[in-house]
Amino acid sequence: MKIKVGLAQLKPSLGDLKKNLELHLSLIEKAKAEQIDLIAFPELSLTGCFLKDMVPVVSIDLRAQIMEKMKEESKGISIIFGFVEESSDHEFYNSAVYIEDGRIKKVHRKVYLPTYGMFDEQRYFGSGETVRAFDTKFGRMGLLICEDAWHPSTSYILANDGAKLIFFLSNSPSRGIKEGEGLGSAQIWERVNRITAFFYSLYIVNVNRVGYEDGVNFWGGSEIVGPDGLVVTKGEYLQEEFLCGTIDLGKVRRARMYTPLLRDEKLHLTLRELERIYEQRTSNKP
Amino acid sequence: MSKELLINPELTAKLLEDFIADEVRKVGFQKVVIGLSGGIDSTTTAYLARNSLGPEGVYGIIMPYKGSNPQSEKDGLSVAKKLGISWRRVDITPMVEPLFQAFPQMDKLRKGNVMARERMIILYDQSREIEALVLGTSNKTEYLLGYTTLWGDMACALAPLGDLYKTQVYQLAEFLGVPEGIRRKKPSADLWAGQTDEEELGFTYDEVDTLLYYMVDKRFTFSELEELGYKREFVKNVFKRIQTSQYKRRLPLIAKLSERTIDRDFRYPRDWGR
Repeated sequence: MKIKVGLAQLKPSLGDLKKNLELHLSLIEKAKAEQIDLIAFPELSLTGCFLKDMVPVVSIDLRAQIMEKMKEESKGISIIFGFVEESSDHEFYNSAVYIEDGRIKKVHRKVYLPTYGMFDEQRYFGSGETVRAFDTKFGRMGLLICEDAWHPSTSYILANDGAKLIFFLSNSPSRGIKEGEGLGSAQIWERVNRITAFFYSLYIVNVNRVGYEDGVNFWGGSEIVGPDGLVVTKGEYLQEEFLCGTIDLGKVRRARMYTPLLRDEKLHLTLRELERIYEQRTSNKP
Repeated sequence: MSKELLINPELTAKLLEDFIADEVRKVGFQKVVIGLSGGIDSTTTAYLARNSLGPEGVYGIIMPYKGSNPQSEKDGLSVAKKLGISWRRVDITPMVEPLFQAFPQMDKLRKGNVMARERMIILYDQSREIEALVLGTSNKTEYLLGYTTLWGDMACALAPLGDLYKTQVYQLAEFLGVPEGIRRKKPSADLWAGQTDEEELGFTYDEVDTLLYYMVDKRFTFSELEELGYKREFVKNVFKRIQTSQYKRRLPLIAKLSERTIDRDFRYPRDWGR
């Protein structure tokens, strides 16, 4: 099966839901005109990134009008986007949703909320408690949000849960301007994308935003990486772009025949050793 | 200079030019105003701004004092002409002199601060007339050492060079084509005759930038810095400067009284809704 994927490397306005919704709708329309099967937006695409005290102001629940509008739009194109989710008990999550044919198929709540250096997410968000693959009409896939992808355990879980492709939705800030090198943060992400795709013989679709928030730049450079760890489609750095690429799930099959790393994965061994480590860490014994 | 401080100037210029365009335009402005001193920082800032907004988007204000080195004004003017930007000359002498005369005991440090703040007044007044944002020209070395005048040269809307050490500003300046004459001058605040930064600070930018890099960016401990070969006295001196100037890098302290105090538990980005 081949899937035509659109990557919306956009520049949201910080905290302006109305404007951002319009931007989403115009890109969805463009994607439909280009016969795209699935359009993916970056992390917090509906709101912008460093929201601080705006988090409860821009949050929506799964029955919100915006969500209904996106469900309506999903008849004809599958949509992945990022938003601030408010739960029924008024907890706020950095979430991403997968919608197809008018139905929400998956909501992923960001598990790993960076709270160090320039990041302060645990101050504002609750953290997700699950990492699970899900079925779509294009096959089984997974959603991860930014820092989630930097914990190899999340991709490990999704791959073993049957995902053939994983979306990394990110808001990665530009950092690192060393001589003779590209952008430091871009280089690290690109390494993560390639090595994850290769290790688990699956597609990685990394959608990263652009623009500035309070002087912090986001570098874009969205990409699709194939199960061989090689780049299929690459977006521009530092500028808005609507990027289109094709995912060929036959390539996943061929990669897994060639290097059956997942087949040989000893889940019971991993589990046993992790349990042992967990026991040791949580008991007070030295 | 340490290899660690070598930058990719092309990428840096791109990030800073986009920064200026983005942050200026999204708050509804099209132009910036810069105080041109003829030095490396304001010249580099003017080059970035011109590349970002075009010559029509940049206003240079040259603000000499009667005691300033005449070369400063000449260099400021030549930068404005070379970049094709609008410029204006405002002599601050008749504005600051009455204050100096009212307080005859005023030492050169106080006078320097008055001059820096007078220039701030002019820049902000011009910014209103031109409908422009004030671009600051301070670099990371100055910010960290507190080698700036609070509400004087520190006052600005955007500080494009604020995360670059002085030695990195030189690399960027060379890439942008800043004339060699300006790049070769001894750095000086030009607040009194013969003043140079390095003499006043007691160390060179080369020395201190590398130390700052390891101390601030890499968070080396004092003993780790000593292992790198830095004298403990120097390390302590620089640390003390950073610590005692922390107040300059923060908003004024507000006494906590209510449920939501500005900047403590009332936290919004400056680009709120932009």
